[in-house]
Amino acid sequence: MQSVQFSANFEFLDEIREFVGDIARAGGFGGKDIYNIQLAADEAASNIIEHAYEGVKNGVLEVSCGMRDGAITIIMVDHGESFDPSAIPLPDLKADLSERKIGGLGIFLMRKLMDEVHYEAKKTSNVLTMIKRKR
Amino acid sequence: MEISVQEFKHCDLITVKGRVDSATAPQLAQALETANENGKYKLVMDMAGLEYMSSAGFRSLLAAQRNCKKYNRGEVVLSNVPNRIREALELAGFTELFKTFDDNLTAVGHF
Repeated sequence: MQSVQFSANFEFLDEIREFVGDIARAGGFGGKDIYNIQLAADEAASNIIEHAYEGVKNGVLEVSCGMRDGAITIIMVDHGESFDPSAIPLPDLKADLSERKIGGLGIFLMRKLMDEVHYEAKKTSNVLTMIKRKR
Repeated sequence: MEISVQEFKHCDLITVKGRVDSATAPQLAQALETANENGKYKLVMDMAGLEYMSSAGFRSLLAAQRNCKKYNRGEVVLSNVPNRIREALELAGFTELFKTFDDNLTAVGHF
């Protein structure tokens, strides 16, 4: 498992995608899966930056990523407000244009793109774990 | 991310290239709002050069579609959508909200 600390800023999303993408590629995932893993990581990090660290200037987001038994694990740890993605209602994908909700989409994509998404609010940190297995 | 706008008689062609995420989506939203402020509500988004788009980009498209479709004054249509982005849009249920075309000629001709 490799770990990198990123400043909790949208400008670093590029680097977060590159970090998990490199590990997925080295782990033997195909192009489509790599894209989807990067998208899930981006959505997770964006949510943490936007919600957990809302109004916080110098937040730190630690991203750990590694391969084991043919699966990639991504762990994101933050020290912001607890924000449980699994508590967010799923967006209504059948709603028409005027009723379509703007929020919740990132979390929905994370759950669809990865095999497992877990969230744990600890005393001083929040831990989000996502796993995707090779097909 | 790079955005350029080309004006046609019946619509504007907005070309977006590179990567759209939470960092760059505000620029895309701004470009779409600017078109609306200039009275342009019939918009073609050319995505041929788009490498990546997260839900932040989807939200910008949704906001623009709402504004453009108001009073039946227009709509946003998508052209040359790369496969991976199309799959994510489908997953998010967005393909039902936007007409998509295989090339710019057909997309522009739609208006």
